[in-house]
Amino acid sequence: MSYRTLLTSLAFAALIGAGLAPGQAVQAQGTANAALSAPDALVKSLSEDVLASIRKDPSLQSGDVARLNALIDEKILPHVNFEKMTRLAVGRGWRDATAEQRQALTREFRTLLVRTYAGAVSAARDYQVQMKPFRTEPTETDVTVRTQAMPARGEPIQLDYRLEKTAAGWKIYDVNVLGVWLVENYRNTFTAEVSRGGIDGLIKSLADRNKALEGKASS
Amino acid sequence: MRVLGALFRLAAALVLAGALAACASIPPGAGANPVDPWEVYNRHMFDFNDRVDRALLKPVAQAYEAVLPEPVRVCINTAFLNLGEPVNAINNLLQGKPSEAMTDICRFAVNSTVGLLGCFDVAAKAGAPRSNEDFGQTLGRWGLAAGPYFVLPLLGPSSVRDTFGRLLDFLDTDPLWYIDHIPTRNILVGTRLVDTRASLLQAEKVLAAAALDTYQFVRDGYLQLRRNLVYDGNPPRLLDPDEDDTPPPEPNSGTPGAADQPAPVPAR
Repeated sequence: MSYRTLLTSLAFAALIGAGLAPGQAVQAQGTANAALSAPDALVKSLSEDVLASIRKDPSLQSGDVARLNALIDEKILPHVNFEKMTRLAVGRGWRDATAEQRQALTREFRTLLVRTYAGAVSAARDYQVQMKPFRTEPTETDVTVRTQAMPARGEPIQLDYRLEKTAAGWKIYDVNVLGVWLVENYRNTFTAEVSRGGIDGLIKSLADRNKALEGKASS
Repeated sequence: MRVLGALFRLAAALVLAGALAACASIPPGAGANPVDPWEVYNRHMFDFNDRVDRALLKPVAQAYEAVLPEPVRVCINTAFLNLGEPVNAINNLLQGKPSEAMTDICRFAVNSTVGLLGCFDVAAKAGAPRSNEDFGQTLGRWGLAAGPYFVLPLLGPSSVRDTFGRLLDFLDTDPLWYIDHIPTRNILVGTRLVDTRASLLQAEKVLAAAALDTYQFVRDGYLQLRRNLVYDGNPPRLLDPDEDDTPPPEPNSGTPGAADQPAPVPAR
């Protein structure tokens, strides 16, 4: 039972980490407004919008990686601090990384998440997102927004987001599904890779994995 | 008893096969993480479980998924979850949550009747969500730490605390073991195992792609998941290392000799 829940949660955690659930804001005026509004309102509009765009786009449902990347670039990325997500996952090693290495890490980590979960998008189609009560002080700059995804049948899935307030609005930097935070789940692996082969070793491991996944997808 | 004997013989044969084929790759530094001092053993057992799974359980689960239509599988899955409601109720009571325990009992009564032997979760539709409790969580609620991570033979990820919890679950509250008609009981236990495995097939594909090191990914996910369950979905936040955005001190500036200090072990 717990093992099943575990694997489901890992799947969904990473799905969201790929930026799929914090979906598209309503175009034009929507993007700017959402970034400036309260963090729970941002999560709500992003979740609903991305689910709507998955529902109406058959190529997304079939796991089209190019379409998915376009969606993320255009609509989701403005609300996700991918660099912070990567920095927290890499942990101490980040300090010693050069600017180029940091860029490479962020790029490869993001690619890994997108490639991995492209195939899981079709499952997200049947979910509804419900917000849980949210209380915060106006002075807070780092908050956790709690939601749950309701499937058509079966158990609801806990889905939480960590956001930080920046000059450009609230940005998501970590996602939790059924209690598993994405960043924390990668940290030990990344730390081990860095201690074995340095920052470049970690970049290479991520890049190799991405190439392998790409080969699998195109064959 | 005959079945138990056969199971033990099967397990012994599998352990032997696993021992002969034992060749999990152990990375340098295994066991250094304070949550996983038994990493070398754990990796071997994880690898062994994986071999057994691929040889036996997974093919059966794939066939099960291919043969039965989805609504039937959902019904079977929901029915087995319904059988877990007494366990939820007992543990909610032990954790000092009588109203949740009452909900579990009502859910069991409603879903077993109106829900056609648990096939449909009508109680959830009526606004009474399922809780997910077991003795491991109860022990955690009582303040017992998880202890070292521990991969169980055939059963998979666990911790010292959760191993005790599972034992109590198994001995006291697993409803299937109260069925006197042995063939029926065995069929149900087997079906439950296959049902659980089949529901993992999709997530397993994602896991295989997402994890650079599957063992570590499963371990850290398991530990996070259990902590979340002990706190019923709202655990106190752990501080991320390097959480703040202040730039770290340059290793070669400041007090002489500071750079020679060993790096602190991250608190878990």
